[in-house]
Amino acid sequence: MKPAVRLMMALVLALVLAACARETRDEVPDEPMPEDSTTQPTDPVETSRVDPADHADSRNLDNPDSLLSQREIYFEFDRSNVQQQYLPIIRAHAEYLRANPTARVLLEGHADERGSREYNLGLGERRGNAVLDLMLAEGASRGQIEVVSYGEERPVCRQSSEACWERNRRVEIVYTAR
Amino acid sequence: MYSKERSSSFFATTVEWLAAAWLVLAALPAFGQLQIEIVDGVEGALPVAVVPFDVSAAQIPPESPVHEVIAADLRRSGLFAPLGVEEMIDRPTRPADVRFGAWRLLETDYLVLGRFVPAGDGIGGELQYHLVAVHSGRTLFSRAIPAGPGEFRLRAHQIADAVYEELTGTPGAFATRIAYVQVTGIGTDDERFELIVADSDGHNPQTIVRHSQPILSPSWAPDGRRLAYVSFATGRSNIVVQDIYTGQRETVSSDRGINGAPSFSPDGTELAMGLSRSGTPEIWVKNLESGRMDRLTDHWSINTEPAWSRDGRHLYFTSDRAGRPQIYRVRRDGRNVERITTEGEYNSRVSVDPYTGHLAMVHGNGADFRIATLDTETGRLRVLSDGRMDESPSFAPNGSMILYATREGERGVLAAVSADGRFRQRLVVSDGDVREPAWSPMIR
Repeated sequence: MKPAVRLMMALVLALVLAACARETRDEVPDEPMPEDSTTQPTDPVETSRVDPADHADSRNLDNPDSLLSQREIYFEFDRSNVQQQYLPIIRAHAEYLRANPTARVLLEGHADERGSREYNLGLGERRGNAVLDLMLAEGASRGQIEVVSYGEERPVCRQSSEACWERNRRVEIVYTAR
Repeated sequence: MYSKERSSSFFATTVEWLAAAWLVLAALPAFGQLQIEIVDGVEGALPVAVVPFDVSAAQIPPESPVHEVIAADLRRSGLFAPLGVEEMIDRPTRPADVRFGAWRLLETDYLVLGRFVPAGDGIGGELQYHLVAVHSGRTLFSRAIPAGPGEFRLRAHQIADAVYEELTGTPGAFATRIAYVQVTGIGTDDERFELIVADSDGHNPQTIVRHSQPILSPSWAPDGRRLAYVSFATGRSNIVVQDIYTGQRETVSSDRGINGAPSFSPDGTELAMGLSRSGTPEIWVKNLESGRMDRLTDHWSINTEPAWSRDGRHLYFTSDRAGRPQIYRVRRDGRNVERITTEGEYNSRVSVDPYTGHLAMVHGNGADFRIATLDTETGRLRVLSDGRMDESPSFAPNGSMILYATREGERGVLAAVSADGRFRQRLVVSDGDVREPAWSPMIR
């Protein structure tokens, strides 16, 4: 991809992402503010509780309540554009990378089994790059992220059905350093 | 006479050297041999009789009956209908012994006859073989080929090649090999990818490389002794060229991003590849002697799966620059990119017919992916397979058949279809998935 095109795409995606970020916040107004827990000194457990929305905290990588525990981005057939619903996940990981400069991720791009294997390698890489561009637009640095494509070689589901294929068309966010 | 035959049967020529090397691949015997089943036959296949060869003079008997190997080859081509041995009324081994009247009653058009004639030591010797036309009573040829212990299957394939060429006008491709990837332990911790080289009839499978990480896209060098393939052994894609006889391996591309889709130039000096070192997959050509790299495409889309035209002046490749994958062609110097396919929403992975220059490809139309051929002169596209996920077409070196990967339920199997689409067969292995077939060039 030409650098100019890439930059333009990143800018557009950043705008979309910003818009989406606002929406997400509106949708979860009941989320407890971090201040709430710290203003309850009587309970030591409460004070050490992790705020799932704190995307700088490495404990949230394993916290099922946090977006940081979600590491899969799914795609439509033969497409590599990131769908709206996955933008908050990508943003959370980008925030984590921004807050933790020594953290490193590998973006593993995958495709379903249809079509030829080498083309699918290209498709897997393009999906990885789409996630990469969004993370960069959100402030992660290039040196923290690597993209590798496995094409259709590493499926998570092995039946030949749409239900299975849609699970295989994915980018996995793998932390190589937290 | 004896010593002369010995010297000519060993190491004297490249042909003989390769024949000797045929037996000693730098590889391990693979588990599970491909079984070939013929799916549907052809009306009007030529009736022939391959009479059992007299090999009683061989001190070490052939590893398989010579006539059976020849008959199986001819049957697999779809063009011949060999007579069962039990129906034969006679076992002539020389044209002079043939009782033509009786064979005419069996409606057999041609007879293949032969016998083993030992050299002085009784171990080596030669197979003398003949092709006889029953109706005219003419002997079409009488030839001899050196044969020693362990060589009989190869010699039988070569005899089948001679018969095929005499009767069809096209060289046979039985004395060739196929490479494919076998995957076992799928979805378990013991998942294994093996690159296997077997004889064209699936016999004698040998594992060339084995790994827990994916192996794909094997591609033969025109010398029939080097294979290029994509290995994920390091966790990322690399392109490796391996000598199948010495086992010597060389990584020829391990750049950032995808290192995929290797394809040897017709003269064997260059390797075309799909590399994403510049950001997106582009077609590159590496000169294997000088190491020089030429970039042939420059487009933000996916450009991969290069396949050389027969004269080496053009490369076909897959690109989705118009939205979906289609076949394009570029000159070796990187100029004149032109779109080749217009029919169908998905066309990819070209294999070039070594005989006519026509193309085979993966052709997707809606739900299914099938193997299609494209006549490059008339532009006529023809769908040859009937699977839902057929891929990786590879022409036999004489253009007669196209080997490809297909599915049976959840299992990957190989299949072959004649280039005219009339004859089909499946190749099934006892264990695991088989995929990514690549038919070797003629081994001369």
